[in-house]
Amino acid sequence: MTWPLLSTVTFLPLVGVLFILLFIREDSELAKRNIRMVALWTTIITFAVSLLIWKDFDPRTADFQFVERGEWIGAGIAYHMGVDGISMFFVLLTTFLMPICILASWDAIETRVKEYMIAFLAMETLMIGVFCALDVVLFYLFFEAGLIPMFLIIGVWGGQRRIYATFKFFLYTLLGSVLMLLAILALYLKAGTTDIPTLIQLAGEGKLYAADVQKWLWLAFFASFAVKVPMWPVHTWLPDAHVEAPTAGSVILAGVLLKMGGYGFLRFSIPMFPEASAYFTPLVFALSVVAVIYTSLVALMQEDMKKLIAYSSVAHMGFVTIGIFTFTAAGLQGGILQMLSHGIVSGALFLCVGVVYDRLHTREIARYGGLVKNMPKYAFVFMVFTMATIGLPGTSGFVGEFLILLGAFKVSTWVAALACTGIILGAAYSLWLYRRVVFGTLTRDELKKMVDLSPREIAIFAPLLLVVFWMGVWPDPFLKVMQVSVDNLIEQHLAALETAKKLAGM
Amino acid sequence: MIADIALALPEIFLAVAAMVLLVFGVYAGEKSTRFVATAAIVALAAAIVLVLGRQAATGFGGMFVVDAFGSFAKILILVGTGLAIAMSLGYLRDQGIERFEFPVLLMLSTIGMMIMVSAGDLIALYLGLELQSLAIYVCAAFKRDSTRSTEAGLKYFVLGALSSGMLLYGASLVYGFAGTTSFAGLAQVLQGGGTPIGVLVGLVFIAAGIAFKCSAAPFHMWTPDVYEGAPTPVTSFMAAAPKVAAIALFMRVFLVPFGGMVEEWRQIIVVIAVLSMVLGAFAAIGQSNIKRLMAYSSIGHVGYALIGLAAANQEGVRGVLIYLAIYLAMNVGTFGVILCMRRATGYSEEISDLAGLARTRPGLAAAMAVFMFSLAGVPPLAGFFGKFYVFMAAVNAGLYVLAVIGVVTSVVGAYYYLRIVKLMYFDAPAEPFAANTDRGVGVVTVAAGLFTLFFFVYPAPIVAGAQIAARALLP
Repeated sequence: MTWPLLSTVTFLPLVGVLFILLFIREDSELAKRNIRMVALWTTIITFAVSLLIWKDFDPRTADFQFVERGEWIGAGIAYHMGVDGISMFFVLLTTFLMPICILASWDAIETRVKEYMIAFLAMETLMIGVFCALDVVLFYLFFEAGLIPMFLIIGVWGGQRRIYATFKFFLYTLLGSVLMLLAILALYLKAGTTDIPTLIQLAGEGKLYAADVQKWLWLAFFASFAVKVPMWPVHTWLPDAHVEAPTAGSVILAGVLLKMGGYGFLRFSIPMFPEASAYFTPLVFALSVVAVIYTSLVALMQEDMKKLIAYSSVAHMGFVTIGIFTFTAAGLQGGILQMLSHGIVSGALFLCVGVVYDRLHTREIARYGGLVKNMPKYAFVFMVFTMATIGLPGTSGFVGEFLILLGAFKVSTWVAALACTGIILGAAYSLWLYRRVVFGTLTRDELKKMVDLSPREIAIFAPLLLVVFWMGVWPDPFLKVMQVSVDNLIEQHLAALETAKKLAGM
Repeated sequence: MIADIALALPEIFLAVAAMVLLVFGVYAGEKSTRFVATAAIVALAAAIVLVLGRQAATGFGGMFVVDAFGSFAKILILVGTGLAIAMSLGYLRDQGIERFEFPVLLMLSTIGMMIMVSAGDLIALYLGLELQSLAIYVCAAFKRDSTRSTEAGLKYFVLGALSSGMLLYGASLVYGFAGTTSFAGLAQVLQGGGTPIGVLVGLVFIAAGIAFKCSAAPFHMWTPDVYEGAPTPVTSFMAAAPKVAAIALFMRVFLVPFGGMVEEWRQIIVVIAVLSMVLGAFAAIGQSNIKRLMAYSSIGHVGYALIGLAAANQEGVRGVLIYLAIYLAMNVGTFGVILCMRRATGYSEEISDLAGLARTRPGLAAAMAVFMFSLAGVPPLAGFFGKFYVFMAAVNAGLYVLAVIGVVTSVVGAYYYLRIVKLMYFDAPAEPFAANTDRGVGVVTVAAGLFTLFFFVYPAPIVAGAQIAARALLP
């Protein structure tokens, strides 16, 4: 038997939780420091171990790798884990962002440090689990359970309107998910199993559900994923949750939680309901285009830095859904790459906001200006990430957006053209934000007193900068891993449509 | 005859034990309460062993049925009663009502419940139901110097008597038109279709009577008042074991003798389930008393359980049994936390007193949060699996609308469970509670919390047990 690598990565953070619960009892400054150290080392070790997945990953096959199987509930519901080229990078994205989140909370979180770190570590386990699960019930378990720690993170350590925001977040997401649960039950009753590879195979052979039922089930899954992505018009929880969450919470929300929606489309909606996915493609395009243009315009008018970035997230995720539903290799690869890039860039932007928020305790754009004078390092870092979010060539944002537009042009010129306007608007709000915060005259005394990035903050941003340039200049290692899986997904999709046509013709 | 007695050995054993303890208590006086309670728990545990040893058979001329379904329900009932007794002593002592009759009454009620789930005849059903109810009426008024408690007992008694009357009236109608009260006989008579209208009317009355006993809307009116007025250990008992018994009885009556009339009675159950879920979700939002909140919560949960009955298939029965097992644990645990809401000035029942509990009593708050998230049905906690299996049955039976209403009301319900979590974790602390000194409450709450939290790791035994039980009822 080989070493169960995925389970190790998934449950390693819980070892840290156990350690904190068992060994650190008092509430002194020293204890707080120890808790932070334990959390940091746990996440760093988890990241290191997760790199082994990439090292041993075989990019030549579309099959699931590192597969683990175990008895669980029985009757077709089992503990089944595995990754393919689509999910592998999301696991790494999660493990990569977590140490950064812990570091970003180092000084910002002073109250109830123990609960905070426990919530984050539990969150990490659940997020990794979502991307590794190869059983629908197991997936649902991880997917939904993540609501509990996030509810607490926003509610306990959030800003002024945290309670409103966290309730909205929880109930919105829950409502979408319970509908998905019913669809999962319908899948299970038809197939007799909740094993994802088996379900995909059955769907490909047209043995799962006919097109009319598929449409209902697709909509039920869509209810959950559209809220999570989020797509217009069910995106309204996101600006509230982002604004009120503590910095690291925003990073996790934007960096990983939103990706679960996109991942859900790739793993469930498209392979399991091929006809319905083809049928609803215009709907997805319409909603995505609205998201790209409308939320970009809304972002232009924001007074709050975090809210602006939150709306920009909705717009960027609109690109992702366009890319996914083009059903072209370029579009899908672009969609996945854009998700990875957005996870890093938007996370980094929230961290940039966090840096100045920690010093001035306001996110109001108008209170800032001229920071370039006394915070040159900060101005540089912020600039790189602004360029990356715009999609400047050489940064990670460019590759993803370019591939998505390439795919979109093949399918519909209109969609591509409208999406392009989104890019222009994106440049407008991002640059304007940068201008208002970093340039201008430095007049206020409180701004003059602000100090530049500390070594800890540089340690936070350095790996993010590195990855942004790496993905922008040399994206091949990333694309190579996902290529075979993406091609396989498209082939399966087209084959399933063919089969359905034949069955209908009979 | 001997075979019949052997069949009912657990019930007979419990009855004898209850009598012995009663006589012992009379002679030993009030000081013996702790001993009587301990002995009662031991007797209940012994009864579980006896239940496990029974073979499936029918006795007493078809009046008494022993099968895996009944045994599963009986074990839940016995466990529920045992936990309720274990949690009650500290409260009874603090309130000055530490009397030895209390455990004895709960035992008698338990015997009634065991007869209910084993009933093979409408007469046996009624006997069990009345024994169960009469003992609880007394328990509800156990704190006889308190107006609220006596009011609760009286209200429960009057309304309970009314519902028993309806049930009897329904049973007599069924007997009049079908010519038999035995479940097996009824099943035979009603097999071919062409149901006499009198049987149908009788069935509606029987449904109303049992719905009252398990506090399903629209027969729920007594629940909030009685839950609030009765002493907390009595409430914790009422919310668990009698619910299991009433719902198990619901299933046996509707699926065995009236199993041929599914199309006729399904609409009744669907309406009752929808009303219960909706009422449980919306009416709980405005409550400020935790026991009233739990009353509405229990109404909602009965609604979810009845979804499984409406499905009227093997998956449905299995789902309901799993739901009941999990509900029992969550409910006992929640009441364990409520019993810990104690200050120097006395017990508190105000939800607002939970404010900031995470800072004053982190362990207690964590336990309560586990129970609240579980009652809301959020995975990976146990409550999710209960919902998972009943909704599976509903989807399998094609009751899509019912399932959608169910999941949507569960989101509404999540709001008020979350509100308690919010109070405990997000708000500034209220005056802290006194440390819990009662070992029983502590042990039961921790055990229920661990069960609820870690159910997902190894759910197979309960799922498999419920599967066997369901197959016994609906082959």
